[in-house]
Amino acid sequence: MTTQMTRPSDTDPPRPINRRDAIHCVTALLGGAAFVGGRGLLAACERASSALQEATLGEFTAEDIAFLDEIAETILPATNTPGAKAAKTGAFMALMVTDSYSATERKIFRDGMRKVDGAIRQANGVSFLQATPPQRLALLTTLDREQKRAMDSRKAAMDARDAAATIEHPAPAHYFRMMKELALLGYFTSEVGCTQALRYVESPGRFDPCIPCTPGEPAWAAHA
Amino acid sequence: MQSASYDAIVVGSGISGGWAAKELTERGLRVLLLERGRNVEHIKDYVNATKAPWEYLHRGGRTVAMEEAYQVLKRDLLNEKNLAFWVDEKESPYTEVKRFDWYRGYQVGGRSLIWGRQSYRWSDFDFAANTKDGIAVDWPIRYQDLAPWYDHVEKHAGVSGSRDGLPQLPDGEFQPAMPLNCGEELFAGRLKQAFDGKRKVIIGRTANATLALEGRAPCQYRNACWLGCPYGAYFSTQSSTLPAAAKTGKLTLKPWSIVTEVLFDKNRRRASGVRVIDAVTEQSSDYQAKVVFVCASTLNSTWLLMRSATDIWPGGLGSSSGELGFNLMDHHFRCGAEGQLVGLDDKYYFGRRPNGIYIPRYRNLFGDKRGYLRGFGYQGSASREDWSRAVKELGIGAAFKDEMATPGPWKFGATAFGEMLPSHANSVGLDGAKKDKWGLPALKIDCATGENEHLMRKDMMADMAEMLERTGAKGVKTFDHGYFPGMAIHEMGTARMGHEPQTSVLNAHNQVWDAPNVFVTDGACLTSSACQNPSLTYMAITARAAAFAVDELNRRNL
Repeated sequence: MTTQMTRPSDTDPPRPINRRDAIHCVTALLGGAAFVGGRGLLAACERASSALQEATLGEFTAEDIAFLDEIAETILPATNTPGAKAAKTGAFMALMVTDSYSATERKIFRDGMRKVDGAIRQANGVSFLQATPPQRLALLTTLDREQKRAMDSRKAAMDARDAAATIEHPAPAHYFRMMKELALLGYFTSEVGCTQALRYVESPGRFDPCIPCTPGEPAWAAHA
Repeated sequence: MQSASYDAIVVGSGISGGWAAKELTERGLRVLLLERGRNVEHIKDYVNATKAPWEYLHRGGRTVAMEEAYQVLKRDLLNEKNLAFWVDEKESPYTEVKRFDWYRGYQVGGRSLIWGRQSYRWSDFDFAANTKDGIAVDWPIRYQDLAPWYDHVEKHAGVSGSRDGLPQLPDGEFQPAMPLNCGEELFAGRLKQAFDGKRKVIIGRTANATLALEGRAPCQYRNACWLGCPYGAYFSTQSSTLPAAAKTGKLTLKPWSIVTEVLFDKNRRRASGVRVIDAVTEQSSDYQAKVVFVCASTLNSTWLLMRSATDIWPGGLGSSSGELGFNLMDHHFRCGAEGQLVGLDDKYYFGRRPNGIYIPRYRNLFGDKRGYLRGFGYQGSASREDWSRAVKELGIGAAFKDEMATPGPWKFGATAFGEMLPSHANSVGLDGAKKDKWGLPALKIDCATGENEHLMRKDMMADMAEMLERTGAKGVKTFDHGYFPGMAIHEMGTARMGHEPQTSVLNAHNQVWDAPNVFVTDGACLTSSACQNPSLTYMAITARAAAFAVDELNRRNL
């Protein structure tokens, strides 16, 4: 998928790139998103193209995005299909935390990133980015069990409440559940995920209600 | 102030208004169709219809900025993909005395662009229910009054489904049914055995065409209906009624036209037309007509009546009965059960069917007797779980990723849609303290479910769990996601039909008792709610009323 980029016209006024613009630039680079900021922004993006190599996204630095890429890659590594990094999942996670999380959730997520880094330093004496894939996998496997326990007891507490109260005031999630959920969403809804890990058919044209399925066969990706 | 004259004015271009425009123009009337929102051109304006999931900035999700702008929509339906089909809530506020989720679509086509398309006939179990139970007032019509009109609208709208011979869910003029998938077949077969045929799974009857119709291709199994269909395969105003009305050469469609009141001529005891504010320029215009069809959607129609003829009736046109604004209903839902189907791991499906299964009502029918009145039907489906199951499961890494990219376990889940009793306590009125962008007093909604609904919800969960257990499903779990009125987007009532002007707003032909050339034919007119999705009944009632209006005009009775 290519982004619908056209050359800016000469009449577009130069304009400095702000935080939200940077987000849109990065997202455009993620692949796919139609460019919504207009030609002025496009020009700014192109001028800033070298800066984009280390683009910041909200509170996220380029290093943060690299860190998230490795978190996502540890959860969803390259196998015989590409991994999460190839789908630019780290930038997607940063975008979602920036645009879609509440201040409380953002803080939990950011603190979580620090906790992950702190834990691997304690265990292996290196930063998460410097750690080996097996070291990362070992740590995140532990964190996965931790988040599962935390989320199961959270669910039990919510189930004990009135259903109506729960839909109005859901409690925040464990930070590693957030990371896992965003990595899964980012990967399996990316072009790489939909077309290489899964199978995407825009317009099936028919419905076969019952067909054979062999083990390991990829699932269909959703449309809308 | 400009002025113009037509034979008929139709207020609102959604499911009901589109049908009114089609029927009235095809019967020779010159019709002005007024829509308060923007125009949405068929196909051309379905801007996201063929977008891939990865082409959305947030992959279809929501942002904090969206949540701030859409305080109501965010409670359930807010998403990045079809945001343009939902009302701008800041321009059009309303007041909730108790929480009421009012999901509106202000554009040409209204909510016909984004509706669920499930299309079921109502039966005399429904039309006779109030009188049998001694509740509210009796419907002034019965199934036989509507049956030919159900035939008529199903054929044009393109409703696919199976003929099942069920008295509580009459068969109709269906296009070929979509098939059940193998999980649903398995469940359906076992259910029939387990309950002796008393509980039955049928394929959903849906306004998705399976055969081509004029200007429309059959369903392509994309399951992206809510973005607008580039094939015109599902019924909407744009795909179905608007082109038919336009073809007559007698239709004038005016978007951006907010009807502020129905103009009432005291001497003739008839409406003379409507007053309109241009939503963009805020200029006011009057339009004259011999008949006015109010099809603005349930609550908007009643809101309009409340603003009309207030010099004669302070409560508005139709308020002399004391019933205008009362007896608001919806369907309560979001509870049921789900479980895993076993033994089908070597089976899958191809294509995305925009439809599920239906289990028609069986409670309080055919000798069954419960501690509550009326009943519910189930809507659900069987499917193999997708990658999103991975969120809750323990696991990360290579094997986990590869497994999550394959189809997951077969699951069957269904939620019940329950009938809500009409109650005088559930009402709408005008909020004197709040105004919308155009200076109209905001609508105030005061609605809650009652004891009957609460009792019914227990069965709605337990029955589904029982059906899953008895058909061999594993890991059966009930759920109640919580319900507030409005969530089903099946608003009904507030200007009910009845036998007498003292206790109802409309007569058996949807005429306002106090203004016989004003017809209200959308959900506002309903006297009870049944448990089946109501839109097909709006279509049939509208077509019937339109034919009657033209006959009455020809007889010079209006």
